[in-house]
Amino acid sequence: MKKTLFTQIEASKGFYGLLAGLGAVILVGALAWYHMEHNGHWVTGMTNQIVWGMPHVFAIFLIVAASGALNVASIGSVFGKKMYKPLAPLSGLLAITLLLGGLTILVLDLGRPDRLIVAMTHYNFKSIFAWNIILYNGFLGLVAVYLWTMMEKRMNRYTHVAGFFAFVWRLILTTGTGSIFGFLVARQGYDAAIMAPMFIVMSFSIGLAIFLLVLMASYRWTERPLGDVVVKRLKNLLGVFVAGVLYFVATMHLTNLYATEHHGVERFILMDGGIYTTLFWFGYMVLGTLAPLALLYHPATGKSRGMIGLASALVILGGFALVYVIVIGGQAYPLQLFPGYEVMSGFEGGVNSPFYAYSPTLAETLLGIAGVALTLAMTVVAVKNLRFLPQSLADSEVDPH
Amino acid sequence: MSETKHTDTARRDFLSNSAKLAAGVTLAPGVMLYGVAHAATAGQGASDKVRWGMLVDTNKCAKGCDACVTGCEKENGWGQGSNDEQRSNSKQKAQWIRKVELRNTATGHVQSLPMMCQHCENPPCVDVCPTGASMKRADGIVLVDKHICIGCRYCMMACPYKARSFVHEELTDQRAHAPRGKGTVESCTFCVHKLDAGDGTTACAEACNTEGHKAIIVGDLKDPNSEIAQAVAEYATTQVRADLGLNTGMRYRGI
Repeated sequence: MKKTLFTQIEASKGFYGLLAGLGAVILVGALAWYHMEHNGHWVTGMTNQIVWGMPHVFAIFLIVAASGALNVASIGSVFGKKMYKPLAPLSGLLAITLLLGGLTILVLDLGRPDRLIVAMTHYNFKSIFAWNIILYNGFLGLVAVYLWTMMEKRMNRYTHVAGFFAFVWRLILTTGTGSIFGFLVARQGYDAAIMAPMFIVMSFSIGLAIFLLVLMASYRWTERPLGDVVVKRLKNLLGVFVAGVLYFVATMHLTNLYATEHHGVERFILMDGGIYTTLFWFGYMVLGTLAPLALLYHPATGKSRGMIGLASALVILGGFALVYVIVIGGQAYPLQLFPGYEVMSGFEGGVNSPFYAYSPTLAETLLGIAGVALTLAMTVVAVKNLRFLPQSLADSEVDPH
Repeated sequence: MSETKHTDTARRDFLSNSAKLAAGVTLAPGVMLYGVAHAATAGQGASDKVRWGMLVDTNKCAKGCDACVTGCEKENGWGQGSNDEQRSNSKQKAQWIRKVELRNTATGHVQSLPMMCQHCENPPCVDVCPTGASMKRADGIVLVDKHICIGCRYCMMACPYKARSFVHEELTDQRAHAPRGKGTVESCTFCVHKLDAGDGTTACAEACNTEGHKAIIVGDLKDPNSEIAQAVAEYATTQVRADLGLNTGMRYRGI
């Protein structure tokens, strides 16, 4: 088997420019965070009705993506597909940076972020949140060890074992993330066991889309060869994952539609919900599912790097839209305390609409964007300082098995 | 090795004596204060021999009246009972208790009732709290420990009654018996400070009585001689969202 040569990327004007740009975004996000934390959440669009807002959408999106980004490495180490092995270090790196970006947003949005140490030392083990704290930190450690087995020659023989544990751990982790919502019996839009596996397949799709985009961009910008064998395999796999997410989303909604008690929330999401309905059908379904599937598999577009890149970007946007609908849409539909009754009191929603309204402010959106910038900045710094990227992924260098 | 040298122990003695003195000075006040600082025996801790409950008779609850809300605000220092929360909008301000008007869509019948924390026996808010700040006392009162609440708002997502509020800004006008803080979550405390002081009732119940409606009864559900225990044994009462199996301490008559 040909040995892959991994090298650091070269510094260049473009490199420093990119880092400066990301740094600026992070700085603005930090200022936005300071504004939120110093004044209190009254400066945000979050209320006692919509308690989790834009920052949480970004955070959950990044955390879900993080677990999925590790997929590429898992396919190589756990399932033995040789073509994926040179891609494994970048996959592990993205898993770590995406998770750190998401967790940063989450922690900074807490009402009392200064009490993070309390969260790390007081655990209520019935809470899936408490488990997630352990799962997320454990994931970081495990993937770090996994990367070490890949990058330290003497540890290469342990890559398979480390990869296996990382793979199992991330399945549990993403199940935990989906269960945050799945365990909420109180709300019509949640309380469903299917949310856990749905989040897992979402992670496959979003994670691979991000990986593919980062791979293509980094190879183009560092002028390293990236052959069609790798790109074609990954884009076909992405199509499968996009279809997989569609299956779970469809199953969840169709099942809910069968039960009369859920007709209200389904009507809200699929028909009456304004922005949520638009995001679901246009954002997730058209832009995020149907368009990418067409672009990835149609013979005219499936061979074009540009179209594949576009498809990946659309999958990312569609995934974001879906997370928005789940997180915010699920909160916007009012709790059903008195079925069969119309509730008339200002607290239960607007006078004109029973649904809870949410308009994200600039500050909370900037915090979310800064988390993404943090992920990208960490990734850029890492590939410059350590040997994550193969020098060449040309067809002649890769083992297609 | 001929003659034993007499070691000059002056320095050693000095160090040894200093250490003893320092230890004594450090420990002595603690020993003294330990003897003195018995906190006043704070009565018994909460006991599971008691289950605090509240019965709301919606037939007596007057539409348009919100005495219970005002009573709670003034007692616990939120809403109209405090100068705080000037910057939060109406959806961000705390609401420990609210009056809800219900119209039966099939029959047109209208009624009203107060809605607040239901003090469940199996509280979802306690289940989901990552730090254990959301907790249930042995006597059934569900509270938030403001020292360890990190403000994640997961309990607010989990509560089936939308009973909890998040504090969106700095507060300066809190009551000593009802601690509130920016970035933490809060809800009806069942006037735990009044119950622990022996008042046997809550601010909302008192306010309702003062208004003359007498729609709210507070008492120990486990005491067969209490007014509430006798009332729930005699009249049909229900819990809101009873199908969730939470066994709430709040019960309602007439819904």
